[in-house]
Amino acid sequence: MEKENFTISVYTENNIGLLNRISAIFLKRHINLDSMTASQSEIKDVFRFTIAVKVTEEQVKKIVGQIEKQIEVIKAFYHKEEDIIYQETALFKVASKLLFEERQIQNVIKNSNANIVTVTPEFFVIEKTGRRREVQALYHKLEPYGLMQFVRSGRIAVTKEKMNISEILESFTEEAV
Amino acid sequence: METQTQTIEKKITVETKRMTGAEAVIRCLLAEGVDLIYGYPGGAIMPVYDELYKFRDQLHHVLTRHEQGATHAAQGYARTSGKVGVAIATSGPGATNFVTGIADAQIDSTPMVCITGQVGSHLLGSDAFQETDIIGISTPITKWNHQVTKAEDIPAVLAKAFYIAKSGRPGPVLVDITKDAQFGELDFAYEKCKGVRSYKPVPDTDPKSIDAASKLINEAKKPMIVFGQGVILGEAEEELKNFVEKSGIPSAWTILGLSALPTAHPLNVGMVGMHGNYGPNKLTNECDLLLAIGMRFDDRVTGNLETYAKQAKIIHFEIDPAEVDKNVKADVAVMGNVKNTLSQILPLVQSRSHNAWLQKFKEYDVIEYDKVIKEELYPSKDGLSMGEVLRGINEETRGNAIIVSDVGQHQMIACRYAQFTTSKSNVTSGGLGTMGFALPAAIGAKMGAPQREVVAIIGDGGYQMTIQELGTIFQTRVPVKIVVLNNDFLGMVRQWQQLFFDKRYASTEMVNPNFVTIAKGYHIEARRVTEREHLQDAIAEMIASTEPYFLEVCVEKENNVFPMIPTGASVSDIRLA
Repeated sequence: MEKENFTISVYTENNIGLLNRISAIFLKRHINLDSMTASQSEIKDVFRFTIAVKVTEEQVKKIVGQIEKQIEVIKAFYHKEEDIIYQETALFKVASKLLFEERQIQNVIKNSNANIVTVTPEFFVIEKTGRRREVQALYHKLEPYGLMQFVRSGRIAVTKEKMNISEILESFTEEAV
Repeated sequence: METQTQTIEKKITVETKRMTGAEAVIRCLLAEGVDLIYGYPGGAIMPVYDELYKFRDQLHHVLTRHEQGATHAAQGYARTSGKVGVAIATSGPGATNFVTGIADAQIDSTPMVCITGQVGSHLLGSDAFQETDIIGISTPITKWNHQVTKAEDIPAVLAKAFYIAKSGRPGPVLVDITKDAQFGELDFAYEKCKGVRSYKPVPDTDPKSIDAASKLINEAKKPMIVFGQGVILGEAEEELKNFVEKSGIPSAWTILGLSALPTAHPLNVGMVGMHGNYGPNKLTNECDLLLAIGMRFDDRVTGNLETYAKQAKIIHFEIDPAEVDKNVKADVAVMGNVKNTLSQILPLVQSRSHNAWLQKFKEYDVIEYDKVIKEELYPSKDGLSMGEVLRGINEETRGNAIIVSDVGQHQMIACRYAQFTTSKSNVTSGGLGTMGFALPAAIGAKMGAPQREVVAIIGDGGYQMTIQELGTIFQTRVPVKIVVLNNDFLGMVRQWQQLFFDKRYASTEMVNPNFVTIAKGYHIEARRVTEREHLQDAIAEMIASTEPYFLEVCVEKENNVFPMIPTGASVSDIRLA
């Protein structure tokens, strides 16, 4: 089976040790994460991890099974690229003098739908949100001019299909009573 | 007799609900029906020990000689009683010494609650004396763990701990309590946990899967069952027996499934796996339907997965969704507790007998008996065999004993040859293969089933890994029977060295002490047997004793355990020599 890019969504209780528990599942199988993001979800007190990983579908199924087995995990899903809307954000810190010395750089910024978020006499910061290849394309265009700093966030994603987390939570609560 | 102070203290604690976290720990345990715990005191858990002293008439604490021993004893207790085992220790080294037992309980699905003390919460993260991140350390080997830093959280966390440990697929849980939470005060009220929002212990059974499974069962011409510990954990022994008898399907077991069905049952065809029986291993690759009941297709069971039961349809009766399709793809997965799913399927299966098919197992039995079993049970050589010791124990106990085995050759011999009439009788470290498990586990096993005979079968290697627990036996006088099968080798490793490493016996030969003298040092009656003529008499003396008893049997040094499926080979490539 071929390795593919998968995005795993994990809905969890807000628990201090859960990050460790989830990352241990990958560690145990010697699988490197492309990225991991944790944030609040659409439901109060429910957290959402978004994990990007390149594995086979068989592997991702088993990983999701192991993640879901953790007590404080409400539900875990895996998605293929076509099932989700996803974005990453990158920040580029560039020397301000380049803006004036290298006129081409302004076109690069304009054409890539990037934003300039701050400008100081010494440096300016460009923000680019998009798919990995778009961010990467801008990186390659800016790199020859010299980057003072570059950072890219983990992937965040929403699915095209419904997740039904509220219903899942309700079904747990009903059974518990 | 109760002293006056004890009586007064009792009154006070019943009347007031304001109490320390340490007292709340004890009250939680009592509310969960715990009357026995295993542990070892130390700085960060002293407030709880102080309460244990006050409650000593209600909650019995067994002082093991090492924290690892406390976990294995709790495991042994859980395995024979069906209740949750409880172990308690201090922070730092006390907690890290729990690790092996917790990992063992996790992989063997044993319900256990471990309580560890922790440094005061203001010291967390400061590398304080005896501080260790036991939550971080135990995360991958616990079903759940939690650190308590406030006294008021203790009741709810412990209630949740017991619920999680016992429900669904059981497992170990660790609760780490900071010292300030033990000293702190709370208004105590205990409510048992009835559910956790994000946790579904038993998955729903899809009625379609029951129908699909029964159809496959009724159509099958050469069906075979492999049952595991799920039957015992689900208390489904009766349901299994009814199902086996009605369907007439030959039934084999995994090492942890052993004793769920009496070994003498006519449809019990023996053990699968690396050192299992010839017939069930060979016929795994001939059956047309394999019913996996409460087992997880461990690699020691399946051998090479590429050639495992490829010709067969697979029905997997399983409580843990993560186990389905993990190692072996199931054609039908029947989710749920096997107690329920087996009773649901029973009326749908036809009453059958598969005599011709069963006969195939018997034919392989004859081959295995001639090539392996006969010599193991009735050796022609002068040297004693491990098998004949087991035969002797079977004769004296009539298959009614609990056998606790360690890890290695003697374990395989014990599981292959011990006879069992009753469930929850085989206690061994299956998944983790923890040498040193048996001696402390036997202590717990006996305390979990005090009316039953408990015989620990241990090798000379594993025995010395937890030999200090003789002190626990001495102090508690728990009447366990200890049999050390001594071949002066780490026998299983030596066997592999012989077979796969051209007899290069690297560090497997043991220069052993006088085990009888050591046992006697602990005032345990002890005997050593080197010759066949004294063996049965010694076993009889041991079983007749109402006290702890130590029996060392010096067995043939370089015997091998057969049959054997070499690592990575197919189950049908099982070797008889």
